Amino acid sequence: MTVQITPRASAALLALTALTALAACSSSSATSASTPGSTGGASAAAASGGTYTFWDPYPQYNASSAWWQLVASCGTKAGVTIKHTADDTSALVTKALLAGQQGTSPNILLVDNPVVSTLATAGILTTTAQNGLSTGAIAPNILSAGVLNGNTYGVPIGANTLALYYNPTILKAAGVSPSSITSWASLTAALAKVKAIGKKGITFSGINTEEGSFQFLPWFWGAGGNLTNIGSSQATAALTLWTTWIKDGYAPNSVIQDTQTTSWQEFQTGDFAFSENGTWQKAGAAAMGAQVIQIPAENGGAAPVPTGGEFFTIPVQKDTASYATSAKIVECLSSTSNIVTTDNTLNYIAPTKDAQQAQLSASPSLSSWVSAVGVAKARTGDNLGVKYPVISQQMWIAVQKAESGAATPADALQAAQSAAAAKLGQ
Amino acid sequence: MTRDRSRARSAGRQRDGAAVAAPSRARPRASRRVERWRAQAAAWGFILPVVAYLVAFYAYPLYRNIDLSIRTYTVASFVSGDAPYSGFANYSHILRNPTFSPALVNTAVFTLVSIAFQFAIGLALAVFFYRRFRLSGLLRALFLIPWLLPLLVSASTWSWMLNSDSGIVNSFLQAIGVGPIDWLTSPHWSLVAVLIANIWIGIPFNLVIMYSGLQSLSTDVFEAAAIDGANGWQRFWRITFPLLRPVSAITLLLGLIYTLKVFDIIWIMTRGGPATSSTTLAIWSYQLGFGSLLPDFSSASAVGNVLIIIAVVFALIYIRARPRLEAL
Repeated sequence: MTVQITPRASAALLALTALTALAACSSSSATSASTPGSTGGASAAAASGGTYTFWDPYPQYNASSAWWQLVASCGTKAGVTIKHTADDTSALVTKALLAGQQGTSPNILLVDNPVVSTLATAGILTTTAQNGLSTGAIAPNILSAGVLNGNTYGVPIGANTLALYYNPTILKAAGVSPSSITSWASLTAALAKVKAIGKKGITFSGINTEEGSFQFLPWFWGAGGNLTNIGSSQATAALTLWTTWIKDGYAPNSVIQDTQTTSWQEFQTGDFAFSENGTWQKAGAAAMGAQVIQIPAENGGAAPVPTGGEFFTIPVQKDTASYATSAKIVECLSSTSNIVTTDNTLNYIAPTKDAQQAQLSASPSLSSWVSAVGVAKARTGDNLGVKYPVISQQMWIAVQKAESGAATPADALQAAQSAAAAKLGQ
Repeated sequence: MTRDRSRARSAGRQRDGAAVAAPSRARPRASRRVERWRAQAAAWGFILPVVAYLVAFYAYPLYRNIDLSIRTYTVASFVSGDAPYSGFANYSHILRNPTFSPALVNTAVFTLVSIAFQFAIGLALAVFFYRRFRLSGLLRALFLIPWLLPLLVSASTWSWMLNSDSGIVNSFLQAIGVGPIDWLTSPHWSLVAVLIANIWIGIPFNLVIMYSGLQSLSTDVFEAAAIDGANGWQRFWRITFPLLRPVSAITLLLGLIYTLKVFDIIWIMTRGGPATSSTTLAIWSYQLGFGSLLPDFSSASAVGNVLIIIAVVFALIYIRARPRLEAL
């Protein structure tokens, strides 16, 4: 029996060694495809007619929706037919990277703002200098997610952000006035009053994904924290706020696993006084009579909140003449009248002052959201770029550890900072 | 032998005088080689489709996986394809990573405990259903439901049932006086929670295979044992279980290789959290590759390869043990 095994085992070992040797010795050009755009796939087309590909992360829309018809009409105005594909937002990043590797990038790519710097570092996006897009009218804080090393890689379609929704019925019963909530101390006092009348305090999303980081950032920045050092005392103060709420019963234990959607469902039960959530819930909030205040900073004022929302980008193509047409299509889609319609459909705030004014005049209840977007910060801004995903991952791990009691906030955040620094330094 | 034959043949020619068309010596070596080569070529031609399929769908992905893990890929080099060769640096990084040992321990605990319970309960149910009674067919079909449900449905339902504040399991526990348990949000209980869900899902597979294994046993042995006065437990432990060894072995191996890769249940229920309390190697590999905004394919494929090696080790153990099992 042992004699039977040995030739088989040695054959397997030989095959494995051969595979490894082959992989090691193969030259770079043999392993994967060519440099971006060099095989010039189906997307390249002459400026006068042809098909342009358009990828976006809105799988909730299809060919009969107003959004798809708007894109098609902008394409026709530029003289081309648009081939439109919608994907789930996280799948779109991998798809874009693979397309860049194979040289089949789409002509226009609409992608979530924190990954713009990742795609730019991968070398698959063109700068505004190359593609001719103009960015003058766009609010700089919203544009900063698309800026890396002084180059701008895209224009925003709009921005959404976080604020504190509240249930007026519960607050009135607890004797809390919404305008009195201007700092962490006043917020915690309000939560105590709500708990005293038997209701639940606040719900948010503390899950170990990017959503958790997104929801933690207003408190982190509101304490004066900076993403270059997530082990600072300010960061610890922010995380201690959350863990104290959970310990004192002001926030439910389920925040550890809640996404923003599930935490909103908890708020919709009507048992919660507050919910930290985003612009995209404003229709649901109106339906249940909830209203909005800005998230308070630690010692007063509004906390800086992170921007959500996608960017129009123009990936690198073999046929550089196509950039002009792609830019025309993007400018058509982001013109004031078009972008107001689009942003109202997508529940975004427009990125330019004129468009924001148009939105406000149509719907004055948006004023608190416009102010929130005014103090918003991009997550990948301050030239953090591709460092942000590494820092964010360590941050949500630390938040989870502290929330579940596996470590104290200070220890968890310091471990996270060393891990992030080690990973970025390597 | 040939020499004798040729001598006899030449002797034959001389005796008969008739022209014997036998060659004076054995067939020329050249044409024998040609014939053998043709036979080989025909054999290769027949298995060529299978080999092509294996190379395209097994060997090439494996090669790409190893390639990803022995080079250091960043997003830029993934797109342009010129990642530098880094030998075993990725492997040493993941081995030194503080998540590695919790992930390995969790994988071992998750796999072994899952299989132990799934197999034991599946076998117990199979023995229970062996004796047919009214409605046994219907009951057996109902027991298959966990296996038939899409994993997303099962995992989501278990998440709701195990919710700390509003789950049905906690309200039942509170009704009988035990305090509520933070199934999905406590680092101590998260692994137990996903284990319970995984065991529930895996029982039908074991039930089906062990049941068919039981059907293949001949009843003579059992009759003989009953005549000799063996009671139920002795019949099971000394006759049924040893006779089922080959079937048990393959069930355990299949269950083990499947459970090593379990991803959906853990991801949907706890996403590997809180912290790393329910992170297994499969979850960690996904987290590295697709769980953050910046994919790290090199580390993810290194972790994936570690998982493949573990599975191969168990498969080799099975291959080695099989002749001993079937010799029964």
